[in-house]
Amino acid sequence: MQNMLTLISNVFRLGNASKNVGAQAVSELLIGLSKYVDLTAPPAPATPRQPPLPPGTRMVVSARSFADFTPQASFPIKKCDLHRLEEGPSDEALLTREQGLQYYRTMQTVRRMELKADQLYKQKIIRGFCHLYDGQEACAMGIEAGINPTDHLITAYRAHGYTFTRGVAVREILAELTGRRGGVAKGKGGSMHMYAKNFYGGNGIVGAQVPLGAGVALACQYQGNNQVCVTLYGDGAANQGQIFESFNMAALWKLPCIFICENNKFGMGTSVERSSASTDYYKRGDYIPGLKVDGMDVLCVREAIRFAADYCRAGKGPIVMELETYRYHGHSMSDPGVSYRTREEIQEVRTKNDPISMLKERMLSNNMSSVEELKEIDLEIRKVIEDAAQYAISDPEPSLDELCNHIYARDPPMEVRGTNPWVKLKSVS
Amino acid sequence: MASLRSFLRSGKTFVILFVVTSCASVFQVNVRDALNQAMDEELERDERVFLLGEEVAQYDGAYKVSRGLWKKYGDKRIIDTPITEMGFAGIAVGAAFAGLRPICEFMTWNFSMQAIDQVINSAAKTYYMSAGFQTVPIVFRGPNGSSAGVAAQHSQCFAAWYGHCPGLKVVSPWNSEDARGLLKAAIRDDNPVVFLENEMMYGVPFELSEEMMHKDFVIPIGKAKVERQGTHITLVSHSRCVGFCLDAAAVLAKEGVECEVVNLRTIRPLDVDTIEASVMKTGNLVTVEGGWPQYGVGAEICARIMEGPAFNYLDAPAVRVTGVDIPMPYAKILEDHSVPQIKDIIFSVKKVLNM
Repeated sequence: MQNMLTLISNVFRLGNASKNVGAQAVSELLIGLSKYVDLTAPPAPATPRQPPLPPGTRMVVSARSFADFTPQASFPIKKCDLHRLEEGPSDEALLTREQGLQYYRTMQTVRRMELKADQLYKQKIIRGFCHLYDGQEACAMGIEAGINPTDHLITAYRAHGYTFTRGVAVREILAELTGRRGGVAKGKGGSMHMYAKNFYGGNGIVGAQVPLGAGVALACQYQGNNQVCVTLYGDGAANQGQIFESFNMAALWKLPCIFICENNKFGMGTSVERSSASTDYYKRGDYIPGLKVDGMDVLCVREAIRFAADYCRAGKGPIVMELETYRYHGHSMSDPGVSYRTREEIQEVRTKNDPISMLKERMLSNNMSSVEELKEIDLEIRKVIEDAAQYAISDPEPSLDELCNHIYARDPPMEVRGTNPWVKLKSVS
Repeated sequence: MASLRSFLRSGKTFVILFVVTSCASVFQVNVRDALNQAMDEELERDERVFLLGEEVAQYDGAYKVSRGLWKKYGDKRIIDTPITEMGFAGIAVGAAFAGLRPICEFMTWNFSMQAIDQVINSAAKTYYMSAGFQTVPIVFRGPNGSSAGVAAQHSQCFAAWYGHCPGLKVVSPWNSEDARGLLKAAIRDDNPVVFLENEMMYGVPFELSEEMMHKDFVIPIGKAKVERQGTHITLVSHSRCVGFCLDAAAVLAKEGVECEVVNLRTIRPLDVDTIEASVMKTGNLVTVEGGWPQYGVGAEICARIMEGPAFNYLDAPAVRVTGVDIPMPYAKILEDHSVPQIKDIIFSVKKVLNM
């Protein structure tokens, strides 16, 4: 209590003190007060209810300035299980306010984008394969936070999250899902075949992306550019022979490849216990060091990938990571996802372990943001997603002239046989 | 002077015989050396080019096609791989994604079946799926088709299998000129190229002109060559069988039948125009290949002739000479009767011409 009085009197004693000192004093007061009062609670019921604002309205957050927020904080994170490593990533992660907001925005965008894709699929505006990533956002965000844009990444078919974190706009992703000409692959690739600079998809054949990723790492080593390649695969793919072939060559040649198993506990409908004699996926690299990471904690993922990237860049060779994560949707849109797991299990993860909630909790309880500010971000994201969806629905389908293009690169135009001998179609590079 | 130049260019471990003709120098180069020189020159020309495969480096190549290259270019550019086709083919494709220009050797094309998903789904289709964003400048090469006494699992011809797939270029050289020009073209091509060699041709020498020995000599992919002009019938073939067609043509010429021999050089894209022009000239067609008949290269050529303008010029149905529709047996007498021989070509020509 004495302490509180000191804090309060500090504020009143400001007078001609500098803005920063004043801000600091107020911050300290608020932190102090937060021990007694939950400052993040919604307004008291006695306050008259305001009518709902039109969507997208910019709100003045509050009379408080941004200087009121904690600029950064350190968070303890779960220690990683290690395989053939003396030490692992730090068990503490520093998060700045800017980073926190950026991670929140990105993860929330991925979440809402995937939910919008779900909606569009059920309206039959998206067709074919659609493997949704909601629940696993911390993996994509954490990885992107820990590597450089000049590093490389390749993943399997649950790729929308990575497509976004690697730089493709939401509207181009959704328009690709709806098969329109504005899609990132002009509507010719679909859900599983989206590409961007230093992002090699999006791959439909389970496990095939792993040797590809090792090959990208070989190119990095060959070119001496100090870049690494993050190569992702799932718990279902982890038993593929070509992954072990890749492990062997990557270790033999010390390729700067970070092999990451996103273990969401199910390969389609088969739980890990039913598919794998060993479910310690971080140990499956055998002679390759490995670490097991809490994939629901974006800070844990970020620290781990930083550690792994440093390891590779030091020329020590490949490393294996297992991210323990969870998908809320079924394997794909054709799988309700409840025949092989219980709704209770899904609900439990949502309430206790959601990656976005975890970050939000951390930021709010350390005064790095406010409920209003995060709500504002949510509204902005909602608008972005709505606009993107509108674009994806209204953009025209590819022209039929496009049908036979992009067979060969940098070649003169050629003729392609159509469905019958009289149909001769044109193909340009 | 010419011998000195070729000696310097080709490396130290073999001697090239050269014959100076009255007007220009020609070089006797066997197919193996033609491939070796082509790779050497392309490795030198572009540092993004590298070779990987089983035994390509320190062993000098299972069939010595890459002899001397490791000694010259070292571990970084000539890479021995473990016996893991799916893995190293995928690694090669990934390296191509990220800007390198790999040559991926399969010890024989039979082993490519281990890796065929990487060739088709990761290499061939990617440029299309990415709507032109991601190129895959890779060459897959190795000996294809029947050899001598290697039996069923080591004797299959994959021209039809890979020729089936859009996005791939599939090339099948016959002689040293083909081998040299097409391999250089394949390495310089920004698309995935399946390069089907033939083990029995490796040791066969051919004459190469000075022009062909130039370091920028390339043969365009997708263009067939008329190896022999003729008037009575067109023989279309690829790889080793081109030689058999020429031999059959020589025998038939004595009986007054002049065969036009077309060397496809490229399986995909198929040069239908050259075949059609020839058939429209001769009025008769026999295709000759080492592979199995069902759904094969010859079947495709016949279908295209049916569908195109040349059909009206045919005086008789087009027929195919192919390998026998069985897995390759081991015993010499059986093996000899499993592959098209010169007498089979002569017999078919006479049947078509109603002789």
